[in-house]
Amino acid sequence: MKKQRFFSIVLTALLIQTISARQITVGTNREYTSISVAVSGADAGDTLFVLAGLYKEAGLVIDRPLTLLAEKGAVIDGQFHGHIIDIQSDSVVVKGFIVQNVKKSYTKDFAAIHTYKSKHFVIKNNTLRNVHFGILIEKSKYGIIRKNAVIGEAVKEASSGNGIHCWHSTHLQISENHIQQMRDGIYFEFVNDSKITGNISLNNVRYGLHFMFSNDNRYTKNRFENNGAGVAVMFSARINMLNNYFGLNWGSASYGLLLKEINDAEIIGNTFYKNTIGINADGANRIIFTGNIFDNNGWAIRFLGACYNNKIINNNFLHNALDISYKGKMNGNLFDRNYWSEYTGYDLNKDNIGDVPYRPVKLFSYIVNQTPETIILLRSLFVDIINFSEKVSPIMTPDNLKDNRPRMKPMENNDKS
Amino acid sequence: MFKILKYSFMDLMRSRWSYVYFLFYLVLGFVLFFLNSNTTKAVITLMNVIILLTPLIGTIFGVMYFYSSREFTELLLAQPLKRSTIFAGQYLGVSFSLSMSLVFGIGIPFVLYGIFTSSAIWDFTTLLFIGAFLTFIFVALSFNIALLFNDKIKGFGFSILLWLFLAVVYDGLFLLSLLIFDDYPLDKLALGATLFNPIDLSRILILLKLDISALLGYTGAVFQKFFGTPLGMMVSFALLSVWVILPVVIMLFQTRKKDF
Amino acid sequence: MIKVKTLHKKYGPVEVLKGVDITFKKGKITAILGPNGSGKTTLMKSILGLVVPQSGSIFIEEKNILGQWDYRSQISYVPQIANFPGNLKVIELIQMIQDIRPGALHHKRLIETFKLKPFLDKKLAALSGGTRQKVNLVLAFMFETPLIILDEPMAGLDPVALILLKDLIAGEKAKGKTILITTHIITLVEEIADKLVFLLDGTVYFYGRVNELKEKTGQINLEKAIAAVLKGTYV
Repeated sequence: MKKQRFFSIVLTALLIQTISARQITVGTNREYTSISVAVSGADAGDTLFVLAGLYKEAGLVIDRPLTLLAEKGAVIDGQFHGHIIDIQSDSVVVKGFIVQNVKKSYTKDFAAIHTYKSKHFVIKNNTLRNVHFGILIEKSKYGIIRKNAVIGEAVKEASSGNGIHCWHSTHLQISENHIQQMRDGIYFEFVNDSKITGNISLNNVRYGLHFMFSNDNRYTKNRFENNGAGVAVMFSARINMLNNYFGLNWGSASYGLLLKEINDAEIIGNTFYKNTIGINADGANRIIFTGNIFDNNGWAIRFLGACYNNKIINNNFLHNALDISYKGKMNGNLFDRNYWSEYTGYDLNKDNIGDVPYRPVKLFSYIVNQTPETIILLRSLFVDIINFSEKVSPIMTPDNLKDNRPRMKPMENNDKS
Repeated sequence: MFKILKYSFMDLMRSRWSYVYFLFYLVLGFVLFFLNSNTTKAVITLMNVIILLTPLIGTIFGVMYFYSSREFTELLLAQPLKRSTIFAGQYLGVSFSLSMSLVFGIGIPFVLYGIFTSSAIWDFTTLLFIGAFLTFIFVALSFNIALLFNDKIKGFGFSILLWLFLAVVYDGLFLLSLLIFDDYPLDKLALGATLFNPIDLSRILILLKLDISALLGYTGAVFQKFFGTPLGMMVSFALLSVWVILPVVIMLFQTRKKDF
Repeated sequence: MIKVKTLHKKYGPVEVLKGVDITFKKGKITAILGPNGSGKTTLMKSILGLVVPQSGSIFIEEKNILGQWDYRSQISYVPQIANFPGNLKVIELIQMIQDIRPGALHHKRLIETFKLKPFLDKKLAALSGGTRQKVNLVLAFMFETPLIILDEPMAGLDPVALILLKDLIAGEKAKGKTILITTHIITLVEEIADKLVFLLDGTVYFYGRVNELKEKTGQINLEKAIAAVLKGTYV
């Protein structure tokens, strides 16, 4: 409902403007050969149609509500000075450009497209190349960022910028973008009530998606692959994480999803495939994990620090080296009706629920937590023996940490699309 | 030497135990593949079997063969043959026949299952390769033990102990020392300790094939750097070769001074 | 000619050969006698290279053979206990030895002589001790070598086979071969041996012709002469 209303407001606003607006064409042998000159000559509500060609523009400030449309092949080259397109007004649309060559700085964050205190902006179908930051959103609201591609060549964290960086903003919609090889794919700091949907974030040096101090957000059906770490959610509340794919975040201390100081989140229907750690939870409380698939990870879930009152229900744990490990206190967490591929119990009454509880924390994972180097003994006979003896008579692992109703077969109703 | 190899090999090939061993792997392979759709899991189960069973069988067969072929050996020793020729031939005969049981026993079900079209072909090949390596290592070790003890019972006892030590006790001590010296940087110690046990080394090599390298890397850069690079792989395989060559050399040296 | 010089051999703490010095003459049959544990077999095995002596040296035709192996092509050896790989057939064993050591000449004739034909397709494990010993003899005598070493070759043989063996040995001697033999059958020694070595406690107690031992002990009978030697030392 909220989304629809927002759209209608934007549409009405655009409609009102276009009625009275002119269309200005920018290109060689045209009235305007420079976009910045065209902008300064345009009135609020005008549309600038930019023909194919190379435009050398540094600091293209858009200070009035304008629509910038690009013909295929229109390239804006920032020549390594500061921001390239700098949106400082409401209701600006930037569509279809190739924007390239942003100045790299260690002290200032320069971006290909920058918004500041803007409402109802639309950034769509742009391709950003050789940039420091891709899209930088500051103190803005009700923006749409859709189907853009940000292709970086980041190698080190310190010298690189983020793909889509949002700060002190609300009500953003970020969807179907493709971001690769930046520092963070998408970064949220003090951003609330926003949606991140259907993006692909690959090969980023740090995180595929990064939340800091951002509440009430939802991200759905995104794909995070081969990043330094998939998604980091830190110091945020009420985040919904649905039907995402976290894969191949495969490196030392790498993970699919990091939860740090997170409360009241929902993690539903996600797939974690071949990550060193599927979910790394540190200070995570009242989180619902359900319908997720943990497949071939080093650890499926690691709980560090205090994690209370989480519910882990109806998930599939498939062939992870270690299912669950924990450090610190683990009170009030519930494991129920999950499928564990390592489960060896029986089901006499054929109700598809194992008759013996499953203990997902093995003695070995406890040892690895104490002394990480011991991981080198993974799958050795001695470790199997101590795990078995611990299974028979638990001494080190907490008695209450178990799944009383483990499934005999994996769940199949996961929505992986 | 090849004549001796041939006769030892043929002698073993017609023994009942070779068939039992071969059939065991055959059945295991079929069970793993036709009851289990997941190749990763099959390879992991197979890994556990291979890194424990091939050393055990290699040790027992080696000792058994050595003692039971004593007469044959004496017959050969009276012929104009070099001692090293005789023992190297017997050693290779035993090692090859066991490796063949392993490779064909597991290979046949895998091939029938369509391994050549599967992406797991390399994991699988490494697995068999390492299994063969372990066979060669442990047959050499067992020959050494058999040469050391004229008493069959003692020889068997020590071989089993050796296997038990390398397969279980070593890792126990290893784990214990890691826990005790927790406060010190341990990665190099752990790495070293792994390299000195062929079973551990083989286990790590297979785990690396199964993409657990990053999991090892979790503990620190040393593992990652070592095992994650082609150099590390080469060093590991070189060490496995040392584990074959060294016992063989010692064995041949021992035979020079042995009375029959 | 085989020359053994100050040969010492210990098995652990047990000293079996304590400086044996002896020369076996070419073209003669020498019997090696001695009580159990006197070092007869050890001496023979040292010559064959099966046992590695601590010190001393052995020359065959002026060549030191310790640590060598190719000289064994000059030797036929009948071991004391005829144990063979049990799951081989007789014919396979014979063929295998021929394969490993080329140059066998007389196997067909020997198989005839010892009437082994019916046993050729039997597994060695299924043979009686005597038959096995016959196979043992075939394996040794099928080669044409200047030196023959026989360690208790009569064990388990029936009287008929024993006569065949005696003929065989006589035949080999006629070809001018050097033959070493240990046995407990004294009459055989008297019958065929040219010379006699008596080992006692790891040393050569006596070396000479059979008659010389009789004279030395003052006995007419070789058996008694030997008994006298043993008594003399044990008292």
